Amino acid sequence: MLAYIFKRLLVAIPVLLILIVATFILMYSAPGSPFATERGVPPEVLANLERQYGLDQPFHVQIGRYVWNILTQFDFGPSFIYRDQDVNDLIAQGFPVTLTYGFWSFLVAVLVGGTLGIFAAVRQNTWLDYLAVGVSIGAQVLPNFVLAPILVLVFTLSLGWLPGGGWQGGQWQYIIMPVIALSTSFMASIARISRASMLEVLNSNFIRTARAKGLPMRRVVLRHALKPALLPVISYLGPAFVGMITGSVVIDVYFSTGGIGKFFVESALNRDYGVMMGITVLLGALTIFFNLVVDLLYAWIDPKIRY
Amino acid sequence: MKVDRLLLTTSVLAFGFGAMTWAAGTHPVTGDALAEDQTFQFRVTAQFPTIDPQLIEEVQGAHIARQLFEGLTTQAADGALLPGVATDWSSPDNMVWTFNLRPDAKWSNGDPVTAQDFVYSWQRAADPATASEYAWYVELSQIKNAASVIAGEIPPDQLGLRAIDDQTLEVTLSQPLPYFPQMTVHTTFMPSHKASVEAHGSEWTRPGNMVSNGAYVLEEMAVNEFLRMSPNPNYWDKDNVIISDVTGYVIDESTTALTRFQAGEFDMMDDLPPGSYPRLEEEMPDVAHSVPRLCSYYYTVNQSETGHEALQDPRVRTALSYAINRDVITDQVLKAGQAPAYSFTHWATAGFEMPKIEYATWSQEERMAKAMELMAEAGYGPENPIEIDFIYNTSEAHKQVATVISQMWRPLGVTLNMNNYEWQSYLDIRGNQKFHIARSGWCGDYNEASTFLDLLTSNNDNNDGKYISETVDKLMAQSVTMTDPQPNYTKVEQVLAEDMAILPIYHYTQNFVLDPSIKNWPMQNVENNWYLKDIYRVAQ
Amino acid sequence: MFATKTAADALADAAPVQGRSLWADARIRFFRNQAAVTGLVILILVGAFAALGPLIAPWNNEDIDWSVLGNVDTGGRPSLATGHWFGTDALGRDLFARTVQGTQVSLMVGIVGALIAVVVGTLYGATAGYFGGRTDDIMMRIVDVLMSIPYMFVLILLLVVFGRSMLMLFIGIGLISWLDMARIARGQTLTLRRKEFVEAAVATGVRPFTIILRHIVPNLLGVVIVYATLLVPSMIIYESFISFLGLGVQEPLTSWGALINDGAAEMNNGTLWMLGFPLFFFVITLFAFFFVGDGLRDALDPKDR
Repeated sequence: MLAYIFKRLLVAIPVLLILIVATFILMYSAPGSPFATERGVPPEVLANLERQYGLDQPFHVQIGRYVWNILTQFDFGPSFIYRDQDVNDLIAQGFPVTLTYGFWSFLVAVLVGGTLGIFAAVRQNTWLDYLAVGVSIGAQVLPNFVLAPILVLVFTLSLGWLPGGGWQGGQWQYIIMPVIALSTSFMASIARISRASMLEVLNSNFIRTARAKGLPMRRVVLRHALKPALLPVISYLGPAFVGMITGSVVIDVYFSTGGIGKFFVESALNRDYGVMMGITVLLGALTIFFNLVVDLLYAWIDPKIRY
Repeated sequence: MKVDRLLLTTSVLAFGFGAMTWAAGTHPVTGDALAEDQTFQFRVTAQFPTIDPQLIEEVQGAHIARQLFEGLTTQAADGALLPGVATDWSSPDNMVWTFNLRPDAKWSNGDPVTAQDFVYSWQRAADPATASEYAWYVELSQIKNAASVIAGEIPPDQLGLRAIDDQTLEVTLSQPLPYFPQMTVHTTFMPSHKASVEAHGSEWTRPGNMVSNGAYVLEEMAVNEFLRMSPNPNYWDKDNVIISDVTGYVIDESTTALTRFQAGEFDMMDDLPPGSYPRLEEEMPDVAHSVPRLCSYYYTVNQSETGHEALQDPRVRTALSYAINRDVITDQVLKAGQAPAYSFTHWATAGFEMPKIEYATWSQEERMAKAMELMAEAGYGPENPIEIDFIYNTSEAHKQVATVISQMWRPLGVTLNMNNYEWQSYLDIRGNQKFHIARSGWCGDYNEASTFLDLLTSNNDNNDGKYISETVDKLMAQSVTMTDPQPNYTKVEQVLAEDMAILPIYHYTQNFVLDPSIKNWPMQNVENNWYLKDIYRVAQ
Repeated sequence: MFATKTAADALADAAPVQGRSLWADARIRFFRNQAAVTGLVILILVGAFAALGPLIAPWNNEDIDWSVLGNVDTGGRPSLATGHWFGTDALGRDLFARTVQGTQVSLMVGIVGALIAVVVGTLYGATAGYFGGRTDDIMMRIVDVLMSIPYMFVLILLLVVFGRSMLMLFIGIGLISWLDMARIARGQTLTLRRKEFVEAAVATGVRPFTIILRHIVPNLLGVVIVYATLLVPSMIIYESFISFLGLGVQEPLTSWGALINDGAAEMNNGTLWMLGFPLFFFVITLFAFFFVGDGLRDALDPKDR
């Protein structure tokens, strides 16, 4: 197992390199420049800017320098837009924020969604099932860019219970609305997936056998059905986690939380090459790490799976 | 532990308030009863890329910098020029300007603000090593040798600047410029503190590192979240600064920003959500404001080889312009006090005399009839329809205006293919003339008509429609040396209307909401320059 | 513990099944499911709305009602008298006609996006999971890279290089939609691969791709269909993001995503119908997709019930 983990982590290095090269190529072939403004920058000034950021170098020198600085100093270079910040600063400021509300959203989505789905499956075709399905579909279909302003309208303007945005170091009253807005659609997805897979497991022969032996339902579900039913949910967790990080752009835009989510869209729109690369590498590393965790969870759930 | 820290902060705050002489007093000039709470919160529409005066290239950073730094001159509530660090200025020939600096001007660390600081900062703005996107502003101000310095041909110390002594700055221009002092209001010409810049490099603008000379100093900043400023204890006019604590919240999304404003979370926001102004004005007339803003909204017509064949014909351009019912756009689509535009220069520009543009006085029916006639003359119209590729940067407001205009043009046999692009792609496409018609906007950098009209001279970098007119070039070249250039500006506008060089649509207003307890807001400042040292909160 | 299929079951599965009975069975099971049938009826109705709406709409989707423009909050209300049955949008264009036209686009986007995800994602994931080892490693690392690549640049490049068209919109959506599906299908396949009925098929010398198509994919359908119905709403919303970049549908054409977006922006201006009508169609269609998806899953489940 340890050897497997080690191998996977080793493979991550070439994967990230490929990601860096591919992103470099994409960024530089897209039209626009980080220094373009409506005013139009005079050619001399543009040349100065490009020299300062090393954009006047040939492509392979730029990429080589970029990778070298990461490997030797863990330096992801400057932001091309925020003139007094470098990428490490921006990510160091924003990532803990994203991680905090992302963690709570993830927890809420998994716990509430999973519970809802399992109860719905166990009580299939009862009012509980319909309620759970109804709630989860309802949460699924309300896009979070509609939900977020409604939350602010209700909790900030009408009720005056919560501040309408900001982060202030992550006090609880600033976390609640972001977590609701971010977790609902994932919660709904998890509920639906866990309901479907629980139903499937409950209909399988070994559960029927267990039921036929007269074991109480609760025991059957907890002891026998739960683990296999979790497998599809776990498959979904990898993409869901990545989706939450990239989806946090809506949260950062609507709640001014100052997380890194905003950079996913903003740095691409601004052609902030530095931040875009940093964010991409971070996302790549997280994707690889989380997929490794998911793969390990598979092996835990189904011991027959060997790597 | 936590409680202790809380107590500590509170006592520091209490001390801070205690030191404020104005709290709970009356305003020295107006006699208004001042509120206990002299804090001011406002919405920042987007995270500003920098607040380094020489590097600022957008509005949000400039708003912040105007509080933190003070240039040679500032503006009064109506936009009139006021002394800043300079107490007075003079020039015998509009070429060599002498500014006398106030001896009591200080940096926030106690250092005196000297003429050398301005020399350093202006050189820094032009220096290729600084790589400022606003270096062109130095060139625009006609300071001697600016172009060569920016190009890196000669060292920055060759710039036409000289500190005669600590309190006297001499600026030499390459040609006479009567409005040069107005140009020193701009952030590019604000001073930066040499020792801090040298000590901290690009990080000198961070809280703790920054030394500034304005009414406020930077206390705290969280990227994409907020920033906080407090009064500068060393500011020369600190006794007249009333607002004791300033917080700017970065909120990108204007609908939630407005909700938060209505919930009382802050005192001022602009960039209101499209379509919200009429309702706000009706519900809260003392809160919602619409004031002229020195920007023009127009459509650029590509007149280069890559443009549409039909659009090379001035008659077609004129017909298109006539067919735009500007009153519908301002009164029924935008509904926020904008003025229909028939000229490029904003009507409220200082000194600008609006030329007599004939079609402005016609009724829309007359314009439409004339437009049909012109199209027919040019060989187009419903029988010979044309398709025009139109580009705009993604935005609800631009989409609405374009949708309405496309419907107005349909009777002329014109189909408008609407293409939206995100900002950077849009700039790239527009800058490379890969369009027929492009949505455009232009804001004045200073309050004088040439800030608009220069754009349409044939060698201007931003003349994206590639409109070329010898008459305009000549009139603009002449205007620089004239004591009163206004007649030339008026003539240029007439030529533009005859050629229909661009399709003017409307002149902007600045729409914002402001808490009614905030007084002395500069409503009449068409450049939207506000200085928080001038405002105060009254008791209610 | 998970090995429940008897060897006989496995052999029965492995033997070629006549399509007739399988599909007929599925159809019978599907139509016995009330929720699924209701969903299907709603989908047909929404489809009919999209197809026949233009025939009965008194306005078309791009004409501005000049008498309404400027006082939309009063003059643009839903009304039978003005012919604006759903009211108008912020520019006085008929919302009924626009909803009809937006329905056409969004149904297509949702279905095409989900189909690409199902076909490409399932086959890709099943192949990776089935072969395992190095093949799996490489295929999944490719997915990792694609998942992390900044998609906005891909979309911007598509737009700049190929220009905008419906086809490009579908390519833009297809490019991203299958990745999650591939991971989910692969995860499930890892378990299925160790099952007796698959091992039996391997032992009898069935070719790998036949095994994947005949034995793996049918057993994935449950999860795949549920996940595909979850994908439909995200694809429909995702379209409005692509349109923001300029790659999606262009004015005067519209879509549910765009209409909901616009409606939400006008939420505070007393014109709730602009959000209400498109959102209503979006919501009922998604409900219908979910129920049809569940019905299909039950009906196509290869395990005997």
